[in-house]
Amino acid sequence: MGKRVLLIEDEPNIIQAISFILSRDGWRVDTHADGATALDEIVRRAPDVVILDVMLPNRSGFDVLQDVRAHPEMQAVPVLMLTARGQTRDRELAERYGASQFMTKPFSNAEVLDTVRALSEV
Amino acid sequence: MSQTTLTGSRIRETRLLAGVKQADLARQIGISATYLNLIEHNRRRIGGKLLTDIAGVLEVDPASLAEGAEAEVVAALREADLAMPQVEVELDRIDDFAARFPGWAALVTGQNRRVRDLEQMVENLTDRLAHDPALAASLHDVLTTATAIGSAAAILTETKEIETEWRDRFHRNIHEDSQRLASSSQALVRYLEDPGRPEGQVTSPEEELDAWLAEHDHHIAGLERSLPLTNELLFQEAPGLESAEAQVLGAAVFNRYRQDAAALPLTAFQRAAAEAKYDPVVLSDQFSVPVSQVLRRMATLPRDPGRPRIGLAVCDSAGGLTYRKPLGGFSMPRFGSGCPLWPLYQALSRPMTPIRTVIETAGRDPTRYLTYAMAEPVGVPRFDAPVVYEATMVILPRDLVPFPETDFQVIGTNCRVFPCPSCEARRATA
Repeated sequence: MGKRVLLIEDEPNIIQAISFILSRDGWRVDTHADGATALDEIVRRAPDVVILDVMLPNRSGFDVLQDVRAHPEMQAVPVLMLTARGQTRDRELAERYGASQFMTKPFSNAEVLDTVRALSEV
Repeated sequence: MSQTTLTGSRIRETRLLAGVKQADLARQIGISATYLNLIEHNRRRIGGKLLTDIAGVLEVDPASLAEGAEAEVVAALREADLAMPQVEVELDRIDDFAARFPGWAALVTGQNRRVRDLEQMVENLTDRLAHDPALAASLHDVLTTATAIGSAAAILTETKEIETEWRDRFHRNIHEDSQRLASSSQALVRYLEDPGRPEGQVTSPEEELDAWLAEHDHHIAGLERSLPLTNELLFQEAPGLESAEAQVLGAAVFNRYRQDAAALPLTAFQRAAAEAKYDPVVLSDQFSVPVSQVLRRMATLPRDPGRPRIGLAVCDSAGGLTYRKPLGGFSMPRFGSGCPLWPLYQALSRPMTPIRTVIETAGRDPTRYLTYAMAEPVGVPRFDAPVVYEATMVILPRDLVPFPETDFQVIGTNCRVFPCPSCEARRATA
């Protein structure tokens, strides 16, 4: 069975594009669109890599990331954070809260694929 | 007789004729009585702003306090000099320059005013780009849509064999996202550029409410009546809050104002406040209300020649300013939080402890103010939830309470504009 990635993103067309390229690379892709229940989904799915958008409905990606890093079972899961703002402050927050990698929109499909592959090797 | 000699003497003469005490005038313009005394006895020159402030309190034309129109030009030239300290000018010949070359003098002062206005505009726009939640959401929408288009287009271009269903789906996505991108971009441009607005001014619901409150000097007469007006009647009787979003924000302000006015009736409170020299702890004890409520109420007192001007800042637990009433040289950022050294934030770190501090504003015209600040919990504390605090700070003229001259804290507007790169509390900016 291929490695599992959980994509937490509320933009449907981005979900489709990322799901397509990752599944073509042999990944099993699960998706979730709500920030409030994101941690529950991460615990339930126990993915090998989490792709987490910052701007989510009901709870921000930064809050979800803090929850993940505080969770005894999921605190070591690699997390790739996605954001459209790309400011220094967002990068600092991502690092501070424990993101494994940080990527700003717009990003390339190859960039996402290479980063997810690298994170799964960690 | 020199212009300096006449200016100080004319201020003193005008003040005495108006029946205004020296200490009262000094307090109203935010300087010490000692300094005003030096000015009146022509031992200190004063800049254009201070002269204008004095004239405003004495209700006279600034030019009448100086000898001829040249005095205003000289004052403006001094401001231009202060704005560029790296350029050495022949200050001892400033009067001669203003008199012999009025056109050049007008050009210099006009350009200085223009630069100052542009700097303020840039500061406002930069603040907005960094902190305006509506603008951030619009930019996020544009970038997210562009990302979706780019990803779908790359898939169609780079995938050698793609199922028809997927190909059709991505074509459809590109079409939808292109339309959405066009719409988002147009909305963003409209938001930033309104031909009806003055150059550099953009209006959000928060700005709309701030402008309305400023127009009323934060005193809402309709809520001071024995039967306060409802919010709906307020919107009708005092129009200016046009957007639905601004009215929602306004309603929250009006509701709180109504509560504060009921707890601290205007006539009794303004008399007690003057007697207590605006000490909020004394007033809190006297009226048996929270200190924060006293601070908010102080800022709603109507303008009066015998009463000091009072500024107000309120912030939430995250430090974001939720209410602004700027005062003179103490400016407040439009978005985000203020300088971390404000007593407002010191209060957040020491909840339920009243804080009294003299501050000095950094920058072009340093000015000292007296501040009172207090952080109190919002709502009723519960066992199963963290306590959320709100901090409130009033800004008053420096001389209300005796303080040692050396006992003050230098503060800025926020980290973006505070000219102190070595400040330990400085927040890094992008």
